[in-house]
Amino acid sequence: MSVTCTGEDRNLRLTVSGEVDHHGARAIMQELDRQVDAGLPRRLTLDLSGVTFMDSSGIAVLLRAYRRMAELGGALTVANVPPQALKVLRAAGLERIIRFE
Amino acid sequence: MKPINEAAISFLSRSANEGFARTAAACFAAQLDPTLDEVNDIKTAVSEAVTNAIVHAYPDRLGKVSLRLRLFEDGVLEIVVKDWGVGIEDVEKARQPLYTTGSEERSGMGFTIMESFMDALRVRSAPGKGTTVTMRRRISRRYSGGGR
Repeated sequence: MSVTCTGEDRNLRLTVSGEVDHHGARAIMQELDRQVDAGLPRRLTLDLSGVTFMDSSGIAVLLRAYRRMAELGGALTVANVPPQALKVLRAAGLERIIRFE
Repeated sequence: MKPINEAAISFLSRSANEGFARTAAACFAAQLDPTLDEVNDIKTAVSEAVTNAIVHAYPDRLGKVSLRLRLFEDGVLEIVVKDWGVGIEDVEKARQPLYTTGSEERSGMGFTIMESFMDALRVRSAPGKGTTVTMRRRISRRYSGGGR
């Protein structure tokens, strides 16, 4: 599991790779918090193109990103969600509150 | 009904074993020649059940978690995840979407995912004795293999 960060002008893109489960979720959240605190983004894109597996721990990660961006008055977009992860996120109804592209 | 094949593993309630358990289940299921979607559903449901045991069953110590996999003639895979931990006071409440007693890494959606990804889910638990989660999923046969 790894998280890489790119972006400028308060447009942050976090690319998550590997398996997003309970074992890895805490590290992803810590990196998310660190990057959001440092960059105070207006727009955050979580790119999940490299995610090879996700369980309900991923739901908690996305909800945290959503809350952090709501606190900042910014927008969250989740991009390139692989089919397995999308099925998990849909089962939780997340597409009703988070924008997927 | 007697199973035509079965396997069992047990492991300590360390989070590193979540990946081990779901991969082991996927490997066992491979003999049914499942689709990628079916494999992913099995991995996801096993991950949820095993994570529940690891997070909730043994809050202040390491304990044993077992995973038993059985395969039946009609293509039904049965997955049993068992722990001997603190148990669940109110199973019905625990199965409600968004209900969690875990920390912020938990979403409270574990049982909901297991229910929607499997054909059947049964949870038996007694406080102080542990929890047994039984899941069943039928895998559609795509060819008849020659193995025994």
